[in-house]
Amino acid sequence: MRDRVRKFIFDNFLFGADEGSLKDDDSFLEQGIIDSTGILELVAFLGEQFNIQINDDELMPENLDSVNCIVNFITRKKQPA
Amino acid sequence: MCGIAGFLNLNDGKDASIATLKRMLSSIRHRGPDGAGVYYDGRACLGHARLSIIDLAGGTQPMCNEDKSVWITFNGEIFNYIELREGLLKKGHVLKTHSDTEVIIHLYEDHGAECLKYLNGQFAFAVWDKNKGELFLARDRLGIRPLFYAGSGGAFFFASEIKAIFAANVIERAMDPDALDEIFTLWCTVPPRTAFKGVSELPPAHYMTVKNGVASIKQYWDVDLSGCGEELGFEDSMEALKGLLIDATRLRLRADVPVGAYLSGGLDSSVTTALIRNFSSAPLQTFSVAFEDGDYDESVYQKEMARALGTEHHEIRCSYSDISENFARVIWHTEKPILRTAPVPLFLLSGLVRKNGFKVVLTGEGADEVLGGYDIFRETKIRQFWARFPDSAHRPMLLKKLYPYLPAFQGQSKFYREAFFNTGAAGTSDILFSHRPRWRTASRNRLFFSDWMRGMLKGSAEDAYAKTLPAGFEGWPPVARAQYIELKNLLPGYILSSQGDRVSMAHSIEGRFPFLDHRVVEFCSRLPLRYKIRGLNEKFILKKAMKPHLPENIVKRTKQPYLAPDGKSFFKSGKASDYVEDMLSDERITEYGYFNPGPVRLLVNKCRRGAVTGFRDNMALVGILSVQILHRQFLKGPVAAAL
Repeated sequence: MRDRVRKFIFDNFLFGADEGSLKDDDSFLEQGIIDSTGILELVAFLGEQFNIQINDDELMPENLDSVNCIVNFITRKKQPA
Repeated sequence: MCGIAGFLNLNDGKDASIATLKRMLSSIRHRGPDGAGVYYDGRACLGHARLSIIDLAGGTQPMCNEDKSVWITFNGEIFNYIELREGLLKKGHVLKTHSDTEVIIHLYEDHGAECLKYLNGQFAFAVWDKNKGELFLARDRLGIRPLFYAGSGGAFFFASEIKAIFAANVIERAMDPDALDEIFTLWCTVPPRTAFKGVSELPPAHYMTVKNGVASIKQYWDVDLSGCGEELGFEDSMEALKGLLIDATRLRLRADVPVGAYLSGGLDSSVTTALIRNFSSAPLQTFSVAFEDGDYDESVYQKEMARALGTEHHEIRCSYSDISENFARVIWHTEKPILRTAPVPLFLLSGLVRKNGFKVVLTGEGADEVLGGYDIFRETKIRQFWARFPDSAHRPMLLKKLYPYLPAFQGQSKFYREAFFNTGAAGTSDILFSHRPRWRTASRNRLFFSDWMRGMLKGSAEDAYAKTLPAGFEGWPPVARAQYIELKNLLPGYILSSQGDRVSMAHSIEGRFPFLDHRVVEFCSRLPLRYKIRGLNEKFILKKAMKPHLPENIVKRTKQPYLAPDGKSFFKSGKASDYVEDMLSDERITEYGYFNPGPVRLLVNKCRRGAVTGFRDNMALVGILSVQILHRQFLKGPVAAAL
């Protein structure tokens, strides 16, 4: 899961920058990696790839602002209620 | 409106001759297909490609004074030339023609560089004063008409377009990496820098003298938005603005050929057209761009306005393939990389105007800058309001009122919207407060630059730009600062050039802009902000002033910026046209050297998938493609060899 998320970020927002240029805890917002519309691309990818429904109130940095945040968020979403 | 070119030999005259000038002029023949003229006295050479608009029989250039000691080559229009001519005749000058050109010569004789303050117009010209041995070059206040120059050591060259300077075959051709960085951050170059090393642009509102091999440049005008002006009441201001706009339009209808108007469907061009209709007896034909892609199309409003004013209306419908097929031709005319395709439909529109037998159109450019129309001013106002109480939960909610025409913006969560517009603790004290979010976003596309490009950059484009701002700028109100940056940066550097002069003159069409009459600009600069933007209602005073003359739908309509489809214009079913595929191929990207092929490949793949939706990716694609095309057209060959 982590690799698929990283690959999406590198292919679509970092356009193939060095692997070492993004740590899993780095904030996308602070580093300007994802712009105002990029977040919608990310949400569409996560929904499609991991078969999850992301609600508007879940669109917050705590869930989506780093590779680790995303992995934790998907893991939580995939857990049975 | 014409094309000018010339040179001044600085020593033995080996660098340039009449043949040189003929090459220069023929490269800009599109600017003046009605005739050409040359003056050469062994030292100075002035050339002119003419588009006949005023005094069709007598306006041939270069033109001289009574004793042939002062010569001029002139591009543009002096709209108050009739009044200036009367004054000169009273002073005893003998004028042989009824052209505006001759007026400048005699004003220059009387006042030297001070002559510029009498001119109401859009101009770029060169005056050769034989007795003084001095070349005098000047450009209008707002940068409507272009003027470039370069020195070779043996000669000093000038021209309306850079291609004419290159046609002299003396200046080495190379792209300037810092210029590309400026375009990828600020959207345009900051004069005197151009996209090419060794070629400079005379900044708007500046003049230049060259004498004994020494060049000197001075600014003769600036707009003051510091907010220290005397205040008129709203009603008086509204009437004064309307009176000025009527007069500015009246002057701009002066021509010995028919004058048309552009209609975008928005407020500004509707105002211009209504002013022509209501305050002159001129018959009127109007011209518009419609888009096949409904997201960009405003033809309903264009037709409504044409019907309301009873104009004979013409429309050109623009498809994705029209943009792709004409993009390279447009880059040949812009002579600089662009980040959006919006100049292409305007290039097609000027072709439509030409086909209908017109040479002159009035348009609404400048209204957004002088009357607070752009979203960035509303955005700045909200961010300033928020910055006073950064912890407020309610103030940033106003951000949702911005960009109602952008579904991606409206669809994002409040956290991300706020994060994008929050530029940190410096708040409004940041000298570039208004433009920081969008320049920060644009500059992320530097990640496509090659290692060679990065190594050549001398610093940050934003920092360099900040140093050009006037003394005391940091103390101006934030929205006034934003207005100044738009007026001095994007207006001349993109709107009036890549989207203006260059794409209209490509088809020998002259644009005229009532909102950019300097009296209108100066008057509006003194208006209180609340007259221009009431709450978040942009161009409030203009709407109030023109309400009786416009359909209600036009006045009440939510502002829609002029945009054209970018990335999707180039890719159909995952494939681009052959020239685009070639320009963006690994081979060509590596050969030209400005970008890193790996990241460009990923961006192109994203375009093929139809996954490019945001401004940043679209700007990257259009920017990279235009740099590649510019290199092919003007340099042709590996970049390292050209340096």
